[in-house]
Amino acid sequence: MARIKGHFARFTATAVAGALALTLAACAGGGGSTTTSADIPAGGTDDGSTLTLWTRAPLEKQAKLLVEAYNASHENQVDLTVVPNDDYVAKVGAAAGAGGLPDLFAADIVYAPNWASQGLFQDITPQIDGLEYKDTLNAGHLAAGTVDGKEHVLPFVLDLSMLFWNKELFKEAGLDPEKAPANLQEFADAAKAIQALDKPDTYGTATGLNCGGCLVFTWFPSVWADGEEVLSEDGAESLLASDTAKEVYSTWKDLYDSGAVLPSSVDEAGPTWTAGFTEGKVGLQFYPATLLSSTPFEAGVSGIPGPEGGQSTFVGGDGIGISKDSEKSAQAWNFLEWLTSEDAQVGVLAKNGDAVSRSDLASNEYSDADPRLVTINEVAAEGKTPLALNFQQAFNAPSSPWLTLVRDAVLNDGAKIDADNDEITSVLSQ
Amino acid sequence: MSSNALKTRTPPVRRRMTQQRAEGWRGWLFASPTALIVVVLFIVPLVLVFQMSASDWPLLGGNQGVNVPENFVDAVNNRFFWNAVGFTLLYTVVTTVILLVLALGLALLVQESTRWKGFLRTAILIPSALGLASASLLFYVLYSPIAGPFSDLMADWGFTFLGTPEGALWSTVFLIVWRYAGFYMLLMMVGLQAVPEEVYEAARIDGASRWQTFRSVTIPLLKPTLAMTMVLCITGSLLAFEQFYILTKGGPDNSTITVVQLIYSVAFQGPNNLGVAAALSVIVLVALVVINIFQIRVFNDKEPT
Repeated sequence: MARIKGHFARFTATAVAGALALTLAACAGGGGSTTTSADIPAGGTDDGSTLTLWTRAPLEKQAKLLVEAYNASHENQVDLTVVPNDDYVAKVGAAAGAGGLPDLFAADIVYAPNWASQGLFQDITPQIDGLEYKDTLNAGHLAAGTVDGKEHVLPFVLDLSMLFWNKELFKEAGLDPEKAPANLQEFADAAKAIQALDKPDTYGTATGLNCGGCLVFTWFPSVWADGEEVLSEDGAESLLASDTAKEVYSTWKDLYDSGAVLPSSVDEAGPTWTAGFTEGKVGLQFYPATLLSSTPFEAGVSGIPGPEGGQSTFVGGDGIGISKDSEKSAQAWNFLEWLTSEDAQVGVLAKNGDAVSRSDLASNEYSDADPRLVTINEVAAEGKTPLALNFQQAFNAPSSPWLTLVRDAVLNDGAKIDADNDEITSVLSQ
Repeated sequence: MSSNALKTRTPPVRRRMTQQRAEGWRGWLFASPTALIVVVLFIVPLVLVFQMSASDWPLLGGNQGVNVPENFVDAVNNRFFWNAVGFTLLYTVVTTVILLVLALGLALLVQESTRWKGFLRTAILIPSALGLASASLLFYVLYSPIAGPFSDLMADWGFTFLGTPEGALWSTVFLIVWRYAGFYMLLMMVGLQAVPEEVYEAARIDGASRWQTFRSVTIPLLKPTLAMTMVLCITGSLLAFEQFYILTKGGPDNSTITVVQLIYSVAFQGPNNLGVAAALSVIVLVALVVINIFQIRVFNDKEPT
């Protein structure tokens, strides 16, 4: 038995160490000093420094194009690190605690209020205010990074949720392929019409019913389109049990019950939530506009409609700022200023079919060639970015009360919507 | 007389003492690399976790000062705490029973069959060469209703492997059994080989049936092995994380959250509170120590020595 005891002791040691390793990812001491932005010269410094930049995987394509264009035209060189979406918060958190953040890093814009208020970004108010085109920058992104009047974040890549439809499938179902559904009911009718084609492996619509982030991104705009709000202004109260919101849920419940929703949507936790549409198996879907350039067939694009009509979009994507740990803020600002320039916005983003973050550039040489880009840029101006400090816990986390609400409302009878909404409020107001 | 005797006796004693001391130092010298590793990789992190569990420590903000006992109160009051404890215990019981029974069965089978011995042993052991995270990813694709080879089947039958709480649990158990059956079979085989042939011979001479031999000879003599595998399996299952993190992320509807997954989500997915996460870790640590002491006691009591 002694042998087993020895083994046991050693094993317990390793087991315990394993359990603890998790919490140790961010063990080193925190507390970085805040650098002042006063010593950044206008336009930043381009002296051949190497800058590090972190972003998350969903925006990899845009980030790579931007970094390549910057490196080709500047002395400074940006070293890009792309982190898987699910690991990004943990990685940033660990680095923030250890004082090891890169010079520049992007934040999912819904986390920006929290990260900015925790002091992860340097205050660059004078620099942002110094941009002559500041008023044309996307207001939602700027507001997300503003704490107590101090600005920390510029828009990096905008990701807008839009209604995409497959024109081929629309034609087959006898729908007008050039006309967008005008309200949520028409959207549902179109999905059912495509489902009624009874084509193998083809479905009306799709979504991610186990993916809080996807649902926030694609369902909030339906509420906004009707002129309603999803959160109180201070981000501490959830308004997701309003009549409009309930109408949105019941439309989706009806779609789900009628079998017009891609079956795998029920368990979809995010990684493949857009795959069905991209493969041409789904008729129409609320879908990220960043994927326009990788959609291989003829697709129509419009804003997301509400129950009463109207249209809106979720202005998502990533904001970017200079980290508290960066000692090259002047060089980093050089990148940020270039990022908002016409060279980057039109020469890189618009060229790739992405939305621009400056309204004065909404109409440009590339958007003239593809009217869908004009639509996207126009709707972007009407879109919103919800602001809340506890956004991740309330909405994006796999165990969030928002997911519970949607699943109760769509997969069950929806009797608990009000209680679930109170649960969201209690998380938001913590 | 006495002082004389003392005089003659002292030198050898002192020599032996210095010799012992030198040997002691040398012993420490040999042990120091291990000791250093234990201190750096085990003691220091352990102390840090205890410190963290007693501090207000947001992920992004760093240490903000003492916060005891609020961290522990928050940990136990987490809305998923008791669900996670219940689910982890259920998962542990299911996995341990299935794995150990199956592993013993396989070990006996492989030992009995002479012709296929090598082939069987290799076939069952191969999954153990795959990392748990890789194996989980493999099964994630196999179970996927959109990319998996069974997607058509799932569409026809109208079910998904990971779509219901029961489905998610049993799909994960299946993965774990597939991954670990070979490993535990190997441990059981080592135990079986340690049973002396003479005892079986004696049992045969006494006219014992196969079942009697198994019950009265194999099982009692296999007890040290059974104890070890059970401790390994129970501890491993209580700390389950990767398989659920990759396959289910705690879903559907928060039905498959294990305790370690709860620690992870409190630390990195939402609350981002390392203090409460560390408090949960400390609770798990204490529970594990208690459970393992209990197991060792139970197995020790029945042993005559």
